[in-house]
Amino acid sequence: MRLVVNKIVLGLSVFAALLGLVFLGWILVTLFLKGMTAMNLSLFTHDLVDNGLRNLIVGQFVLAGLASLIGIPLGMVAGIYLREYGYGSRFAELIRDLSDIMMSAPSIVIGAFVYAVAVIPFGGPSGFAGAFALAIMMIPIVINTTDSMLSLVPKELREAGIALGASKYKVIFDIVIRAAKVGIMTGILLSFARIIGETAPLLFTSETSNYFTLDLTESFPSMTVSIYNLANEPEESARDLAWAASLILTVLVLVINLTGRYVTRNKHK
Amino acid sequence: MKVENFSFTYAGALKPSLRGINLPIMQNKITALIGPSGCGKSTLLRSMNRIHDLYPGNKYEGKIELLNLETGEFENILEIKKENDFIRLRQNVGMIFQKPTPFPMSIFDNVAYGLKIMGIKNKSELADRVENALKGAALWKEVHDRLNKSAMGLSGGQQQRLCIARAVAVKPEVLLFDEPTSALDPISTGAIEELIVELKKDVSIAIVTHNMQQASRISDYTAFMYLGDLVEYDETETIFLNPKIKQTEDYITGRFG
Repeated sequence: MRLVVNKIVLGLSVFAALLGLVFLGWILVTLFLKGMTAMNLSLFTHDLVDNGLRNLIVGQFVLAGLASLIGIPLGMVAGIYLREYGYGSRFAELIRDLSDIMMSAPSIVIGAFVYAVAVIPFGGPSGFAGAFALAIMMIPIVINTTDSMLSLVPKELREAGIALGASKYKVIFDIVIRAAKVGIMTGILLSFARIIGETAPLLFTSETSNYFTLDLTESFPSMTVSIYNLANEPEESARDLAWAASLILTVLVLVINLTGRYVTRNKHK
Repeated sequence: MKVENFSFTYAGALKPSLRGINLPIMQNKITALIGPSGCGKSTLLRSMNRIHDLYPGNKYEGKIELLNLETGEFENILEIKKENDFIRLRQNVGMIFQKPTPFPMSIFDNVAYGLKIMGIKNKSELADRVENALKGAALWKEVHDRLNKSAMGLSGGQQQRLCIARAVAVKPEVLLFDEPTSALDPISTGAIEELIVELKKDVSIAIVTHNMQQASRISDYTAFMYLGDLVEYDETETIFLNPKIKQTEDYITGRFG
């Protein structure tokens, strides 16, 4: 009897796993087939006005990069506070809970919030507003990774540092962070991968632009928002371009994710 | 170093974990603290360099006095409040933990860490003192050609000797060992024990151990603790061959604990 139950459970879980993989494969294959029809080198050398994607790729990276410049330091410092200084205090617990809630906040809500505080007051969409929205998405993720990676550092290591006469901040910066470095870096990379594929926070903050620009005070080219727009256009060629952009974006996210995993795996060698 | 009428209460605890402890740590001798788990021996050891202060809310009472070798005067370490004095205390009273705790940096930087905190910047002086410390910890021969490699690549026994080298490098007066061999195999344990006996030429040593053979092999004095009290303290030979108190005898002969 037990053997039968075991077989049934095993069968069901294998089936569920396969089902998940089938959909993943299906997505990738569709993306690849549809994306490849419009794929050619000129996509990378022309801007959207000339049916290329160059300005969008650069724009997406600029937005995500600027968001990282704000989000990574803030998130890391907050994570260090939560684990090393505020640990156990009510205030820190509150911040940690809020940050966890923020992590699951619907991204469109964040977009709407930034629209209200950074788009309307400044008279229109801008690259800064877009990066700001992405940074808001990124901060809780970085806080969470920093916090949990620091929690993995054994307390004996901190005590050993203190026992050598080091002050608390020296122990944290010389020893604890170094011990958690790989984990934190992986987390940061994954959070970057997460925000670079976001649409909703950018939809009405940076919007998008058909032209190449690095001026962050204007509407700023965004690949994800442009995919959304292109997909809504009637012409076949616009939709093909959207497929190609989707494929490029997916490959980018995949590469960043795999890099993150590769780094973690090497740590354990 | 001497502990006088010392009591210790953990943050949030109703009753003290240590009550009225009186114990000398003799100069250039090895004092072993033995007793069943939870008797407070590690708590006592961890009071001697105030590592407890890492966690807020613990309460000390009584005195723990450290002899200042230069002035010949005793200083009550429980009165230390200033950051600089803590640094001085911890450089005078070093500590080695149960699990080896190499820092995630090179072997050289591990040993140099405490020295840099002391303010030594001169490269050749650093190199000299690192070399001497590693020789003192009987590790030099094994690592001299890979000082710039990560300390995480060493074996457990080597890592523990590295931690000893790191503690010795700052030239402490007292070294506290908290079950330093309980995570090691017998051969590494033997090496560490030899090293500890060697070290007492230069420092006074207190060691917490669960291993009674270890206490009898290496220590000069032994203190038996039970449930937060110091039951008996005497020369190791007396404690093991001729204990005065029945509880001590029962523990040593393995009837409880």
